[in-house]
Amino acid sequence: MSMQAETFKALVKVAAEQVIASAPELTSLDQAIGDGDHGFNMKRGFEAVLGKLDAISAQPLDEAFKTIGKTLVMTVGGASGPLYGSFFLAAGEALSHDRHLPEDLADVFGSGVNAVSARGRSQTGEKTMLDVLVPVLETLKAAAGQPDLIERVRTTAAEAVERTAPMQATKGRASFLGARSVGHVDPGARSSCVLVQAICASLERKQ
Amino acid sequence: MSETVGIVIVSHSKDIAKGTADMVRQMVGNEVKVAFCGGNPDGGLGTSVASIIDAINDAWSAKGVAILVDLGGAETNSEMAVEMLEPARRDHVVVCNAPIVEGAVMAATESAGGSTLAQVKAVAEELSAE
Repeated sequence: MSMQAETFKALVKVAAEQVIASAPELTSLDQAIGDGDHGFNMKRGFEAVLGKLDAISAQPLDEAFKTIGKTLVMTVGGASGPLYGSFFLAAGEALSHDRHLPEDLADVFGSGVNAVSARGRSQTGEKTMLDVLVPVLETLKAAAGQPDLIERVRTTAAEAVERTAPMQATKGRASFLGARSVGHVDPGARSSCVLVQAICASLERKQ
Repeated sequence: MSETVGIVIVSHSKDIAKGTADMVRQMVGNEVKVAFCGGNPDGGLGTSVASIIDAINDAWSAKGVAILVDLGGAETNSEMAVEMLEPARRDHVVVCNAPIVEGAVMAATESAGGSTLAQVKAVAEELSAE
């Protein structure tokens, strides 16, 4: 296996394991403002990804992203399946069209973010995963090529997820609560943060 | 029977999906193809893209298929399922913005009269316009 394939396999493994480990926290956040299934759903989806890890890491990178996306779409069982699935499908599609990692990271990540926004018909400020993904994208653009990129992305994600607490949800199940959604961190923003931070941690260990 | 628009019912709960399909059947008998699904891939409350794709194909008609959903995830998963259909079918399936029980009954009744997919969708969505 090539170095890049080894790195990619380790990244996917760590990210999936971190999401699975955070399932109880995601469920408890979702019980506060949603239907309480986000942790279970994400766990089921990423367990399915782990189950295909060898096959995924044997694929070219663009196909690997698409397989992860399709696996999440088919196994998660909630809206987060198509949302996260579309992120990885679109990132894979970008990689199929002359984009390369790591140099086009912001571009590829941006394709994923646009797909989430389109799928959820959502923008920032609506207390969703976009409230983490969009700030992370902005940092990826602003700090591209800088030595402290990873650290800045970690900080961005951690701060962004906390900023969802005072927001009032206008999308998803939490919007039914109206003003009562204020004061709780959004579970989708939290799971996005978990994924971003797991990838950062894995890349830092490698350096 | 002549072709009528097929109806697919997608709920987080299999019981609600089945109950809604029963009510539709009572109205339109076998004049309209009706398929339903509910539950996540493990069978708990939720929806499954694979089950929705199967239901669309079960209810398939040359006049198209109208999908009725309950809550957010059912809608998002249904839209995803439509995009994953074979290209020839994709443009003939719509997700209706309508309450699931009333919408399904209204849509199926309209379909039974031989209406087009656009007419079936419009009648179901009148329920949300008020």
